[in-house]
Amino acid sequence: MTASPPRSRWKTGVGLMLTGLMLFPVYWMINVSFTRDQDMRATPPHLIPTDGTLDGYRAVLDQQLPYLGTSFLVGLGTVALTLALAAPAGYALAKLRPPGGPALSFVLLIAQMIPGIIMAMGFYAVYLHLGVLNTLPGLILADSTLAVPFGVLIFTAFMSGIPDELLQAAVVDGAGRLRTFWSIVLPVSRNSIVTVSLFAFLWSWSDFIFASTLAGGGDHQPITLGIYHYIGNNNQQWNAIMATAVVASVPAAVLLVLAQRYVSTGVTAGAVKD
Amino acid sequence: MTVYLTAFYAYPLYRNVELSLREYTVRSFVQGGAPFAGLDNYRTVLTDSAFGPTLAHTVVFTGASLFFQFTIGMALALFFHNHFPLSRTLRAVILIPWLLPLIVSASTWSWLLNSDSGLVNAALGVVGVDRVNWLTSPGWSLTSVIIANVWIGIPFNLVVLHSGLQAIPTEVYEASALDGATGWQRFWSITFPLLRPVSAITLLLGLVYTLKVFDIIWIMTRGGPTDSSATLATWSYRLGFGNLLPEFGPGAAVGNLLIVMALVAGLGYIRFQRSQDLR
Repeated sequence: MTASPPRSRWKTGVGLMLTGLMLFPVYWMINVSFTRDQDMRATPPHLIPTDGTLDGYRAVLDQQLPYLGTSFLVGLGTVALTLALAAPAGYALAKLRPPGGPALSFVLLIAQMIPGIIMAMGFYAVYLHLGVLNTLPGLILADSTLAVPFGVLIFTAFMSGIPDELLQAAVVDGAGRLRTFWSIVLPVSRNSIVTVSLFAFLWSWSDFIFASTLAGGGDHQPITLGIYHYIGNNNQQWNAIMATAVVASVPAAVLLVLAQRYVSTGVTAGAVKD
Repeated sequence: MTVYLTAFYAYPLYRNVELSLREYTVRSFVQGGAPFAGLDNYRTVLTDSAFGPTLAHTVVFTGASLFFQFTIGMALALFFHNHFPLSRTLRAVILIPWLLPLIVSASTWSWLLNSDSGLVNAALGVVGVDRVNWLTSPGWSLTSVIIANVWIGIPFNLVVLHSGLQAIPTEVYEASALDGATGWQRFWSITFPLLRPVSAITLLLGLVYTLKVFDIIWIMTRGGPTDSSATLATWSYRLGFGNLLPEFGPGAAVGNLLIVMALVAGLGYIRFQRSQDLR
C-alpha cells in the first residue's frame, strides 16, 4: 500500500484509460447528438463535434417534453408508492417478527427473478378488465413491482440493525407502534430511504417493457417510448435521437453524482446479503 | 404486504398461467369466454420450428454474456483494487453504463454498429477489415446484442467483485508475499478461492438477469433478422404484443417456460446463500 508516487501515477493513467474505454459509447452518444446531419455519414467519422449543431436538442425540446414530463411523474409516483409499501413492510419484517416472515422474504427474493415480460402479460390481462390500461396510475403500479421487493429487502436488512433499546425507549415514553415507526424508525433509516428511492426512480425511468405493453396506446407515454418511436419513425436524424438519449440519461448521471455513495450501496446490497 | 404481493405478483402470474392454458384472442379478451385449451399452447410452442433455435440463442446469449461480463468485470475489479489517486471516482463513473436506461444503451449501440456509418465499421475499415453487417446479417446479430449486453453488465460485476475483494484480509497477501508467491499464483491460489462465494452470487444473479433481457435485443434487432437473435424473452413478447394478431396463449406459455428456467437459477441462488449462512 506504500506505492511510490510515479508508480501510482502510472496506475491512475491506466485507470483513466480503462474508464475512458468503458465510457466511450456514452461519449459517442453525446458526440453524435451534436453532429450535423451532413456530417453523420462522413468517413472517417468526426471524433469531436467541431461544426456542432444544436438541432438535435431543439428537436428534443419541440417533440419530447411531454414524454419527459410523463416519465418524471411516473418516477415520482413510483418512488412514493414504493416507499409507502416497502418501508412499513421492512419494519414489520425486521422488528415485529410476524409469523411467516422468513417465507415472505423468500417470496420477495423470488419475485425479483420473474422476467418482466411475464409480469407485463399478466398485468395486461388484468388491466384490460379493470380499464386502467394506458393510465398513469396503472403504469405507476406496474413499475412499483420492480422496486418493492428490493426495497423491502433493503429496509429489512437496515432496520434489523436499529437497536431494540431505542424502540423500547419510545414505547416507555408512551409512543404507539405507528408513532415509533414515524418518528424514530423512519428518521434513523434515512440512508436506506435514499437508496431505495434512487433505484425506484431509476428503474421506473428506464422501464420499457411495462411502458410499451401497458401505456403504448395512451396519451401519456414515458420517454423510453418517446425514443423508441423516434427510432422507428425517423432513422435519419440520428443527432435528434441521440440528443433525446442524452436527455433521458441525465437523471442517471445526476443521481450518480449527487448520490454516489448510495448507488454503490444499492448495487452491492442487491447482490451480497450481509 | 401480503395483500400487495397477492395483488401485484400472484394475480398477474396466475393470469399468465391461465392465459397459457386457454385459447385467447383479442376478442375473447374483451368479451370473455376463451375456450380452455389445456396444454395445447405448450404443445404449439414446443413443436414450433422456432423453439429449438430460440432456446439455443437464449443459452448462447446467456452463457457468452455471463462469461465476458464476469472475466472483464473481474479484471477491472482487480485493477481498481490497487490504491491510486482517482480510483474511487473512476469506479463510480464506470457505473454509468449500468445506470443508463436500456433503451439509451441499445440505441447508442445500434448507431455504433450501424453498417454504413457506424463507428465500429469505420474503425475496422482503418485496419483494413471489410465492413460487417452487425445488425442486419443473421450471422452477426446475436454477437452484436451480446456485445451490448456485456458492456451493460460489466459495471455490476466490477462493483460486486470489488466489494468482495475488499473483504479479503490483507494479512493473507502479506503472508503469501513472504512465501514468495507471484502475482498470478496469488490470484489463483488466494484471491480466486476466497472470492468464490461472491463470484457464485454474481454469476447466479447475472444468470437470472440475463435470462430476462428483453429491451436490448428488441430495440437493436427485434430478434431478427429472421429470428437469428431471438431469445425466449423476445419470442414471448413478439407472440403476445409484436404482431397484429396477438397470440397471448403461446406467448404466455413461452413466458412460463422462461420463468421455470429463472426459478431453477433462483433456487440455486437461495440454496447457495443458505449454505453460506450455515458456515
